[in-house]
Amino acid sequence: MAPHPETWLQPRPEGLFCLPGGFFIDATRAVDRAIITHGHADHARPGHHHVLASAETLAIMRARMGEGRAGITQQALASGEVLRIGDVDVGLVPAGHVLGSCQVVMTYQGSRAVVSGDYKRRADPTCAGFVPVACDVFVTEATFGLPVFRHPDTDKEIAKLLHSMSVFPERPHLIGAYGLGKSQRMVALLRAAGYDAPIYLHGALAKLCDLYGELGIDLGDLRPATVADKAALRGAVVIAPPSAVADRWARRLDDPVVAVASGWMRVRQRAKASGVELPLIISDHADWDELLATVIDVQAPEIWVTHGNEAALIYQLGLMGRRGRALSLIGYGDEGDDA
Amino acid sequence: MKPFADLLERLLYTQGRNAKIALLADYFGTRPDPERGYALAAIAGKLDFPGAKPAVLRALVATRVDPELFALSYDYVGDLAEAIALIWPKAAIEAPPELPAVVDQLRQTPREAIPALIATWLDASDVSTRIALIKLITGGLRVGASLRLAKLALAQRFEVEVDQIEEIWHGLLAPYPTLFDWLERRTARPDPGTTPVFRPPMLAHPIEEADRASLDWSSYRAEWKWDGIRVQLVATPGGKRLYSRGADDISASFPEILAAMDFTAVLDGELLVIRDGVVAPFADLQQRLNRKMVSARARAEYPVAVRLYDMLFDGATDLRGLPFDQRRGRLEAWFTATRPARMDLSEQINFETEADLAALRATARDDGIEGLMLKAAASPYLAGRPKGHWWKWKRDPLSLDCVLMYAQRGHGRRSSFYSDYTFGVWTEDGRLVPIGKAYSGYTDAELLVLDKWIRAHTVATYGPVREVEPGIVLEIGFDAAQRSSRHKSGIALRFPRILRLRLDKPVAEADRLETATRLIGAAAV
Repeated sequence: MAPHPETWLQPRPEGLFCLPGGFFIDATRAVDRAIITHGHADHARPGHHHVLASAETLAIMRARMGEGRAGITQQALASGEVLRIGDVDVGLVPAGHVLGSCQVVMTYQGSRAVVSGDYKRRADPTCAGFVPVACDVFVTEATFGLPVFRHPDTDKEIAKLLHSMSVFPERPHLIGAYGLGKSQRMVALLRAAGYDAPIYLHGALAKLCDLYGELGIDLGDLRPATVADKAALRGAVVIAPPSAVADRWARRLDDPVVAVASGWMRVRQRAKASGVELPLIISDHADWDELLATVIDVQAPEIWVTHGNEAALIYQLGLMGRRGRALSLIGYGDEGDDA
Repeated sequence: MKPFADLLERLLYTQGRNAKIALLADYFGTRPDPERGYALAAIAGKLDFPGAKPAVLRALVATRVDPELFALSYDYVGDLAEAIALIWPKAAIEAPPELPAVVDQLRQTPREAIPALIATWLDASDVSTRIALIKLITGGLRVGASLRLAKLALAQRFEVEVDQIEEIWHGLLAPYPTLFDWLERRTARPDPGTTPVFRPPMLAHPIEEADRASLDWSSYRAEWKWDGIRVQLVATPGGKRLYSRGADDISASFPEILAAMDFTAVLDGELLVIRDGVVAPFADLQQRLNRKMVSARARAEYPVAVRLYDMLFDGATDLRGLPFDQRRGRLEAWFTATRPARMDLSEQINFETEADLAALRATARDDGIEGLMLKAAASPYLAGRPKGHWWKWKRDPLSLDCVLMYAQRGHGRRSSFYSDYTFGVWTEDGRLVPIGKAYSGYTDAELLVLDKWIRAHTVATYGPVREVEPGIVLEIGFDAAQRSSRHKSGIALRFPRILRLRLDKPVAEADRLETATRLIGAAAV
């Protein structure tokens, strides 16, 4: 009989550890061997010895951390390839979260576990879509693990933004969007909706947008907002990290419409508390319905939940006849609000 | 219902007053009757549906959603209407009901059938419309837009004076067809007849030194400025009402005043707590404000009276066109003849020169006095704040040197600045206790200095609030200090504002709690 994954995949203070492979997944502190699901700072930490990830994630890590800190040795694994590490077969398949994001598929003596990292199920022009893989244990996130979180159609939210730009043609629209993934996706969504004017970027976003371009994601005409004069920014789209939106940096803009693109914008008082005038419910995480659909798609009898609102999800898994287990891993989901 | 829901959602996220007025004006100008009238009634809090209370909604959601999941969700969202709207199963086809249909059907449907009715609406609506529906039905709209804002929006959109709306408002009935007919110039302005409607009051300007220098003092009359709330007493054959300065009907909070209004007149005065002829501090009056029901005990402990200072109507006769002196004569004659309970006259102060009044103002120690009022003898009673007719000459504020303790970001134009400040004074054992909060009084340059300093000296953050190290002394001005159990310091300041930034002063030399406590009951001079 195949061994149950709980005998060979264990939560440790550093993160999930695969015993027969001798590696951690998304270790939260420096370790000897790490597999990284995606480039967000709470999952990709600096200082590991050996790092295995998708080529895109490795490139993102190098750009964010610098060559030396992104792993002493780096190894890329393409989607669809299988690599034997110790006694485990390891594969990476797309998770649909941000460019390069992957699920880690581990097969050991006929028993299979999939660690999803962070993921979403909707189309995203900047990254490959989530691929469900049948498994015995599926390790999921639960950022939006409450039935109040149902993201509306992305197209509707983009239409809301474009409508606001037509109602206030003189005001710059300042969009708070997380630096890796969300900001590039916002640009790509606007481009897909036919908006081809220059888009202005906060300085902190430039490097990653350039990298997306190098990796084949065309984002059109991007310009630095920091050196642009007020007149040029009138009526323009400006993208900045959420932390900059209510900060001194934003004073360079004349009467901006402040928008924030995040799944958290679903809850009004939360959106209002962040000083947003135009909340855009656009998320890189699965919503409640998508979490449940994924559980069914991967056909796993047992679901482990790494972080987020796990109580409601685990309760719901019980109603669906599946075993839910909270891993309560510390250290994820706290890099700003990358939701 | 969808356009109304969109309006509510946009109002929620819009910070500026003018922007809110613009949204409301657009709505009232473009939506049909009777929808816009019902929207106005909803904002005014005039729609009540007894069969649809929050408990009904809670029971309803339990029929569609697992109670455990709802409990976890409600706990997270914190707002019942929003939690239900978000968790309700997604509409198969979105066809939300129209606002007038919602009102009509809620009124016509027997109580036991109302939950099923609401369920069909929720089934056919998007999230935003569901929130609006539930808030409307349960009567908890709280949209961040007051009735006054809605009236200003109507005035702006239809190019009438807002006072013209105020004058007839309390005689109108939802969904206000006569109002919109008049606003769109189809009919004349509705005649309130003998309905006890509100008349916009005459307001005063603060007097500055330059104004005083050029004033012809002999043509002015002087009275004390009482520290209560401005009220209008309206008694007609059609009914009796007590209105606040902002046109709110506050009759229910002060039944003893209503009971004393056994006459036909419209009077202007100050509502005060008066015990044995002595005006109590404003804090006492606060115990009586904003209460729908008032207990016998509260009535006995905080006895209210009205100090009258003007007369708008004597019987059915409109006196507003008469000069102040003549109105005062009518008021005194009427008072002598009528002798109403719980009312007296605000005495006129004899004076010859500015110096006489300045001396009086400087020596007045009464708790209930805020300063002086100056009224031009020849002025008619004019709505609003016309310049040169009525002046208020407030006492100089009391002041304390306080230490900045917490800061919070402001709204709108100030949303990137730490512009709201909580400050404290030293206790005997060297701790700081907060005694107040101020948002105004500083210059733009001082705001920049404070903002920069706060960002560099934050020791902790609590959501939007930053705690700073003790390092800045603020000179705080205020009109009075009152005892308060709400604050840890035991003191509440009235109208606190920042007079100066005392960057020169070491924090250790800021004032002590005992100094602040000694100012309780002291009058500003």
